[in-house]
Amino acid sequence: MDERELYFRIERLYARYVRCIDDDRLEDWPNFFTDDCRYKIISAENHDQDLPLGIIDADSKAMLQDRVASIRRANIFEDHRYKHFVSGVEVLGVEDGVAEVVANYLAIRIDIRGDAMLFSVGRFQDKIAVDRDPPLFVEKLAIFDNERVDTLLALPL
Amino acid sequence: MDGSKDPSTTADIRFPSDGVTEIPYDLYTDPGLYKLELERVYRGPVWNYLCLACEIPDHGDFVTSHVGATPVIVTRDRHGAIHAVENRCAHRGALVCLKRRGNTKVLSCVYHSWSYNLDGSLRGVAFENGVAGKGGLPDGFDKGAYGLKPLRTTEFCGLVFGTYSDETPDFETYVGPEIAGYMRGILSKPLKFLGRNVQVLPNNWKIYNENLRDSYHASLLHSFFNTFKLNRLSQDGGIVIGAGGGSHISYGKSKTGYDHPDYQGEGVHSLHDMELADPSLLDAVDESGEGMTTRIMSVFPSFGLQCHYNSIAVRQVLPKGVGETELVWNHVGFEDDSEEMQKRRLKQSNLVGPAGYISMEDGCIGGFVQKAIQGVSGEVGVVPMGGDTVESTDARATEVSIRGFWQAYRAVMDM
Repeated sequence: MDERELYFRIERLYARYVRCIDDDRLEDWPNFFTDDCRYKIISAENHDQDLPLGIIDADSKAMLQDRVASIRRANIFEDHRYKHFVSGVEVLGVEDGVAEVVANYLAIRIDIRGDAMLFSVGRFQDKIAVDRDPPLFVEKLAIFDNERVDTLLALPL
Repeated sequence: MDGSKDPSTTADIRFPSDGVTEIPYDLYTDPGLYKLELERVYRGPVWNYLCLACEIPDHGDFVTSHVGATPVIVTRDRHGAIHAVENRCAHRGALVCLKRRGNTKVLSCVYHSWSYNLDGSLRGVAFENGVAGKGGLPDGFDKGAYGLKPLRTTEFCGLVFGTYSDETPDFETYVGPEIAGYMRGILSKPLKFLGRNVQVLPNNWKIYNENLRDSYHASLLHSFFNTFKLNRLSQDGGIVIGAGGGSHISYGKSKTGYDHPDYQGEGVHSLHDMELADPSLLDAVDESGEGMTTRIMSVFPSFGLQCHYNSIAVRQVLPKGVGETELVWNHVGFEDDSEEMQKRRLKQSNLVGPAGYISMEDGCIGGFVQKAIQGVSGEVGVVPMGGDTVESTDARATEVSIRGFWQAYRAVMDM
C-alpha cells in the first residue's frame, strides 16, 4: 500500500470512529477494534511517569461491549454528547501490517442545558491493523492532557 | 480560637436541634460559612490526608498537595524525615514549589530567590547584605521567624497526614482502634503507587463526604452489580463508626466468597438478565481472608479509602470553593505484587474513578443536590435511616455514618 492510500484509510478510520461516538452509535463502537484489543484512557501525567493507572482500561473487545452495556443499562448520568476533533494524524511506522499512529484529539462535551465545554484534550497513540479493510484498532490509548476530569466520563473518547 | 461565632458568617445557619438527622441546605451554599470551614475544620484539630509515603521514597523527594484550600509541600529530608510546609513564600506569598513532584536539596522561590531547607526553615535571602553595601535586610531581622509555615505530620500505614493543631491526638486515637485496625487490614504491606486520577465534582465538599459514608445509596444509585447479576441481596455487611463519629468503615462480604460472577441458580434478583461478556473484570483474589468484597472507609475531613475486590484507592477530598470539590483517586498496590496481581488491580480499577462502573454516578449526584438547593434557605435534608444515633451497626440501609460526619463537623465547627 502506498503512503497516500495508507493515510487515506487511517484518516477515514478516525473520521468514522469519532462520528460513531458523536452520533451515539455506541453499539458499533467496539467493532472498530480487534478481539484482543487494548483500549485505555489515561492522563498524560500518569502516562509520562510510567504510572499504569488509567480511567478506562480494557484488554478485550468484550470489555468494550460490557462498557457499552453498562452505559446503556446500568450507569446513571445526565444526557450529553461529544463533538470530537482529530487533527495532526501522523503514521510513525508500519510493521507486520500494524501501523503506529499518533493524532491530537479534542472532545467538546455538550450537556442538556446546551452548554459546551472543552471536556478532554490530548492525543491518540494507536496501533492499527492496516492489513485489512476497514482497518481495526489493535491498541488505542487516549492520553489526556487536562488532568481534571469534569464530573464524570461515561462516553468513550 | 475561642469558639465564639462570628455573626456575619453563621448567624443565619442553625441546625434545628442538637441532633444530626436534619441538615440545613444552607451549609452547602453559604460562602461565609465556607471561609469559616477552611479555618475551623481544615486548620482545626483534624488529620488531613497529604500523600502516600511511597510518593516521596528518597531523600530530597517532594510532592505538592493541599490542606483544605491551602497548598502545601510534603518533603523527605536528607535524614529521611517527612515534613509538610505551606507552599507560600514567607516574603511575598508566592508559590515556592511550582512542580507537582520532584527531588531537590532546597526549596527556592522564583520571585526574589528566598530559599528554604526541606523542613521549611529559611536558608537564604538574596542580597541579604544588600548590593555595594546598600539595601539588604535590616539589622535585627529575625530569619528564624520567616520559614515556610510547618504542619505537624504523622505516617500511618504508608499514608502521610498533617495537622495545624497542637490539640490533634495521635492518629490512632483520632480514628479509634477499630478503624485503625481496618485500615491496617487493607494497607497491610508496603505500598506501590499506581497513579492518580482527578475528578472535579460540581458540589460542596461536605456532599461528597456524605456520599462516601452513605451505605444506603450504594445498591440503589449504582446499579452495575445488580444489572450484571453480580450482587447478592443476602450480602453480609456492617458499619463500624470511629472515635467522634468522623471516621467509619462500611464493609460487605460475599457469602459464597469469590466464585462469582455467575450466581445463576442462586435465586438472585436482578433488574436485567445480563452477564459480562468478559468476566475477567472480577477475577478477584480474597486478600481480606474474610470474603470481604467491599470496604469503604472515611476519616474526617478529607480522606477516603476503598478496597473493592482487589482495587485499592486512597481518595483525597479537597474543597475548591463553596460549590466545587476535587476528588483525587490515588490507586495503590503492594510492592510485592506479582505482575498478574498488578494487572488484576488495574483491571478492577475500571470499577471506580471518574469513569468507574460503580462510582461514576457519584460524580453527578452531588451536583444534582447542589443545583436543587440553590435559592433555598432555611430548609433541611434528613438522614433518618437507621434511627438518630451514631453507632456501629450490622444494617446497610442506614445513614449512621453520615450522622457521624455531622457529629464530627458540629464539634469542630462549634455549631
